[in-house]
Amino acid sequence: MSILLDRESRVIVQGITGKIARFHTKDMIEYGTNVVGGVVPGKGGETVEGVPVFNTVKEAVEATGANASLVFVPPPFAADSIMEAADAGINYCVCITDGIPAQDMIRVKRYMYRYPKDKRMILTGPNCAGTISPGKALLGIMPGHIYLPGTVGIIGRSGTLGYEAAAQLKELGLGVSTSVGIGGDPINGSSFKDILEWFEKDPETEVIAMIGEIGGPQEAEAADYIKNHVTKPVVAYVAGLTAPKGRTMGHAGAIISAFGESASEKVEILSAAGVTVAENPAVIGETIASVMKKNAA
Amino acid sequence: MDIHEYQAKEVLSNFGVTVPPGALAYSPEQAAYRARELGGDKWIVKAQVHAGGRGKAGGVKLCNSEAEIYEATENLFGKKLVTHQTGPEGKGIYRVYVEGAVPIAREIYLGFVLDRSSQRVMIVASSEGGMEIEEISAERPESIVRSTVEPAVGLQDFQAREIAFQLGIEPALTQQMVRTLKGCYQAFSELDATMVEINPLVVTSDNRVIALDAKMTFDDNALFRHPQIAELRDKSQEDPREARAADRGLSYVGLEGNIGCIVNGAGLAMATMDTIKLAGGEPANFLDIGGGATPERVAKAFRLVMSDSNVQAVLVNIFAGINRCDWVAEGVVQALKEVQVDVPVVVRLAGTNVEEGQKILAQSGLPLIRATSLMEAAERAVGAWKNDLDQNTRVRAVK
Repeated sequence: MSILLDRESRVIVQGITGKIARFHTKDMIEYGTNVVGGVVPGKGGETVEGVPVFNTVKEAVEATGANASLVFVPPPFAADSIMEAADAGINYCVCITDGIPAQDMIRVKRYMYRYPKDKRMILTGPNCAGTISPGKALLGIMPGHIYLPGTVGIIGRSGTLGYEAAAQLKELGLGVSTSVGIGGDPINGSSFKDILEWFEKDPETEVIAMIGEIGGPQEAEAADYIKNHVTKPVVAYVAGLTAPKGRTMGHAGAIISAFGESASEKVEILSAAGVTVAENPAVIGETIASVMKKNAA
Repeated sequence: MDIHEYQAKEVLSNFGVTVPPGALAYSPEQAAYRARELGGDKWIVKAQVHAGGRGKAGGVKLCNSEAEIYEATENLFGKKLVTHQTGPEGKGIYRVYVEGAVPIAREIYLGFVLDRSSQRVMIVASSEGGMEIEEISAERPESIVRSTVEPAVGLQDFQAREIAFQLGIEPALTQQMVRTLKGCYQAFSELDATMVEINPLVVTSDNRVIALDAKMTFDDNALFRHPQIAELRDKSQEDPREARAADRGLSYVGLEGNIGCIVNGAGLAMATMDTIKLAGGEPANFLDIGGGATPERVAKAFRLVMSDSNVQAVLVNIFAGINRCDWVAEGVVQALKEVQVDVPVVVRLAGTNVEEGQKILAQSGLPLIRATSLMEAAERAVGAWKNDLDQNTRVRAVK
């Protein structure tokens, strides 16, 4: 098993006719993802990479039975596209788009709460690299070949730092059950805590790796959740030890503005919750491996 | 994006928030003239810089005559104001705001922020106005009132009244408080702000509720739909290198160290800085060149990093995902042929086609220091900077 995404997922790509979306659609299909269609208003009837394009998500869902979506729509229109997916009955949506206004995301989150929990779409991102269940399916822009199938569940805010962790694991012969990018924006679809809940329930995931960074309350909230609800071992790394207070470090969400938001405070809070913290990014893989060894013993 | 106090006051007054009468000046003569225009016999002159803590830093002066205004502003114009928020280099004073003084009975702190836990707009208020919110939360946490706004319907009157009563505002002033709170919220949500702060909001001795100071920050991602706000940008208040980087689509933050960093991805960039520190060095900057590490972007990045005269070594760390390392390597080689780099350059490539990438670097004839792991890259960059390396391996990139 894996979480959120597997071979059965029927994927549509919103904004599929854009250059970058086409490229990644092709890449996802080559990886083995079951891409069943795309959506671009006004381009219904066209075909991209062998899959049909629809005018609306509802039409796409009716015609193809799609249950997962990848949003590649430009920032001014991305929030609208996410809400369209939520309304059309998509179960899982990944939004890659970087640069969505924060208040648009507040509205998206509020809109999604119109649906009862069992009918509510799960959103990861925006501003993320996507989700991959190695050997099964890829919903995003990450290079599939750096991930081996395995039992480590990865949750990360940053794209390339997530690649770094996966590559270190591969180097050690360790694989990944699912890797979920939750993105670098201040208001995001799912938090560390939300995804921890999924990994805790997934029988295939043995150990969970959290790759955090400065800014925001989500690492501290995750620590609290881990202390009370997670039985699996959790490893974490927090980027930004050298980041100054009050400066945004690339991601809109990476700014230290309150207590518990600096890297050292997050490390302290996570350690106190029983999480094994990798002291530097070069030893994320090793730290996960040693925790797995201890866990197996 | 930050704006000046006088701009924030104009924006907020359009949403029904009361502000003191005031006018902007670009010279001491104009400041004195503005005071005469405003009338009265007591004025406050305030340096307009994008930073808090202006009062303590000497950027705000009470004046009793036009002559005093002339003298006070003459000492402000063209100076750098250094507050606890500006860093040691300070911010240049090119505009001064002249305001009629108001008789203050009490001071309140009022802030609107994006609260990431509730994922809503949160109002933070305190009866202890005038102090920084950090000081208030450290010294008088019980004085802080918080309230979140339901995004579907906006701030309701009852919520505003609750806040007013919790702050101990006289019942007769409740309506003015409600109008102020709702005006701020409306400005926040309609203009895509990320922060509105009025500190202090004052109750005057003649029972008016007035915003004595105002600070607004806007969501850069939403400026496309607020051209009238985007126009308020004042580049004189920005770090020139950071502004230049932003104009070129790069994300750059200058720091105090001397190892320049060129990295793709914000998280990896922070991790690279951390590793440099761990290896005993200090990063000179944060720089995320984004996902597509094209030769043009790499060249721009080198120019930007080298414009910092403190830089004594450069570390390039690229994790090629969808781009391939061979392509990135060609970018690095091309950039180094175009840009004059006279400090040691360490390149670490990882990801797709890494062997081909290394080969291109090796065959380029450029004296690059190559590394395979993140730790090795950081150690080599720090080593190159510290002059620890053997003179034969201590190499410099050519023009």
